[in-house]
Amino acid sequence: MKIIAAMSGGVDSAVAAARAVEAGHEVIGVHLALASNPQKYRSGARGCCTIEDSHDARRAADKIGIPFYIWDMAEEFHAGVVENFMSEYAAGRTPNPCLRCNEKIKFAAVLDRARAMGFDGVVTGHYARTEIGPLGKTLHRAVDPLKDQSYVLAVLTREQINGAIFPLGDTEKVDIRIEAEARGLAVAQKPDSHDICFVPSGDNASWLRDRLGSEVGPIVDQDGTKLGEHKGAYTYTIGQRKGLGLTIPTADGSPRFVLKIEPISNTVVVGAREDLAVTSMRGENPIFCGPEVTATPLRGYVQVRAHGSALDCTYCMQGDQLVAELDAPLLGLATGQAMVIYDGNRVVGSATICETA
Amino acid sequence: MSVYLDHAATTPMVDAAISAMTRSLHKIGNPSSLHTEGRATRKDVEDAREVIAKAVGSLASEIIFTASGTEADNAAIKGLFWKSGKKLILISAIEHHAVLDPAKWLVEHEGAELIEIPVSSDGVINLKELEKIVLERREEIALIAVMHSNNETGVIQPVAEVVKIAGDIPVHTDAVQSFTKVPLSYKELGVTSMALSAHKVGGPHGIGILVLRRAYEIPALLHGGGQEREIRSGTLNAPSIVALAAAIQSQSYDADLVNSLREKFEAGVMAVAPDAHINGASANRLPGISNITFPGTQSDSLLLLMDSEKVSCSTGAACSAGVHRPSHVLLAMGLTETIAQSSLRFSAGANTTQADIDFALSVLPTVIERGRAAAKK
Repeated sequence: MKIIAAMSGGVDSAVAAARAVEAGHEVIGVHLALASNPQKYRSGARGCCTIEDSHDARRAADKIGIPFYIWDMAEEFHAGVVENFMSEYAAGRTPNPCLRCNEKIKFAAVLDRARAMGFDGVVTGHYARTEIGPLGKTLHRAVDPLKDQSYVLAVLTREQINGAIFPLGDTEKVDIRIEAEARGLAVAQKPDSHDICFVPSGDNASWLRDRLGSEVGPIVDQDGTKLGEHKGAYTYTIGQRKGLGLTIPTADGSPRFVLKIEPISNTVVVGAREDLAVTSMRGENPIFCGPEVTATPLRGYVQVRAHGSALDCTYCMQGDQLVAELDAPLLGLATGQAMVIYDGNRVVGSATICETA
Repeated sequence: MSVYLDHAATTPMVDAAISAMTRSLHKIGNPSSLHTEGRATRKDVEDAREVIAKAVGSLASEIIFTASGTEADNAAIKGLFWKSGKKLILISAIEHHAVLDPAKWLVEHEGAELIEIPVSSDGVINLKELEKIVLERREEIALIAVMHSNNETGVIQPVAEVVKIAGDIPVHTDAVQSFTKVPLSYKELGVTSMALSAHKVGGPHGIGILVLRRAYEIPALLHGGGQEREIRSGTLNAPSIVALAAAIQSQSYDADLVNSLREKFEAGVMAVAPDAHINGASANRLPGISNITFPGTQSDSLLLLMDSEKVSCSTGAACSAGVHRPSHVLLAMGLTETIAQSSLRFSAGANTTQADIDFALSVLPTVIERGRAAAKK
């Protein structure tokens, strides 16, 4: 097949591209320029958007022996990922930008462009597996549980999965580094990137404050009693305990947690740990990676964070919403996060959490 | 088969230049040394300088070797500015970044004022506009820089007219693309300084020339051993200098042949893509360069597709991150950003053949079709 390798400049995408070449594909390396004014050098562990990262990707392509180009996706990234990140926070929800990037950029803008140009698909360094079986091509967890990225890929439709190649899902990260070393790739020991690539400081709260302002508002308990003030409700996350700055202690001295963020009244509601408990969730805009979920309840697992646990649940569709009832309560679940349903290790699909109870 | 249509970026070195360079690389001797070996290398350099001066239409003493055309442009723009003691710089709106960026740097760091003279839709400098500013502000003008021909469109500029308008104001011209392609004489043009580069004429990378009027001294960018009239210190790059002279002497460039290939190519393009637009087509152009807009496409997709069909061409501008940007040259000619980003430069050279042109034309329909499909995404 003729495929585009999305190369961030990190070790994973470099090895993925090399493996695709070895599998006999005709591969062209592409680095996505996602920032309109990229920084020259990496800072900390946020590695994919600087000129230095682009150079690393180019050198990996040289080593693998494939052509290399840079695609400007800065506008698409800003519109589809950065603006969504800001508007979600402004609406009191907690978005996952990596998931949006996969949905809107890597497997939409890039895959569409690749297909139009006569390519068959896109290969990335994500840790996930695909299988071809009675259900068609399906998405599965990677064998390395610590690196499994199936959660952030659960926004892909069957059509997108058909055009996606994930060569790393069968290998543990530690072995990928050894393989990169053996292949002579200079990025073999490059640190993993984490945090959000477009927040170079790693400080999401101050990044949001710079863009959304810092309108002071009340922090209240569940009865509405004002306990303190915050500087921008969107910088809080459901379940957050630290950094509330409350001086009035609870009667029994137990800690308080963020229970709710109300963007319209600019209010942060706090309460006891047990008040965070959630036993059911509803998600909007469901996307199915395989056969669609129906109104018939099924047993499976739901995961609500990129590296969270798989929680036993019963799931089904109710109207146009995906609903999951948990076997055991979960503490601290923010709306805006993705709920991803698994059938064993197979990704069933995902939806954006809009309501919890 | 692979086809190289990016001679405006760099040209293959001609055999005579490779031979001359190889012979020189086997020799020892710093041209500034006083002993036998030094004198021998110095002789090679001065022989080469005379060959080059003859080809350029200058005195040998007016040839200053630099490490690139960019360095020659920088030395001229900054040097002429500092020498003048005046603040106003006039350049055409389509100058190469090697001229545009030092001029902007002078604005940011040395209090210069920069005026960019507009061009027509065909990419030719507006002489009336230049004349108007010169008449109004003659006493303030430090220098005027107008390139001899544009690197993206190949459009030749009326530099002799610019010199007439300038009178005693120093004029610099970047003649990197024109050298050996069209008649070019430093003396006849009457400019103060001119920039040239070896690797655009079958010579090696890493050697450029600043042609600067005899006894017209400008402040140096590099200080050290005092070589090149103390304007450009640094050990002379003898192997590259003799190779450049050999490339010039080989006279490998047949302008009529290249021009006829370009005409066939453009006719072929219009046949397969009737809505294509050749930028600068009705102006006087260099023989080899075709800058063509393919509406509804994006240049970087087209380049990738041409490249995968083994045809090398250029999208023009890219920023430091390697991201394709709309060309300031095409924007100055009145194209919109979208149209400017739908354009490719093809440049034929001394060794381009009819078979090359035929091959490039044969892959073009599929490339345009796919490029259009990709742009709709």
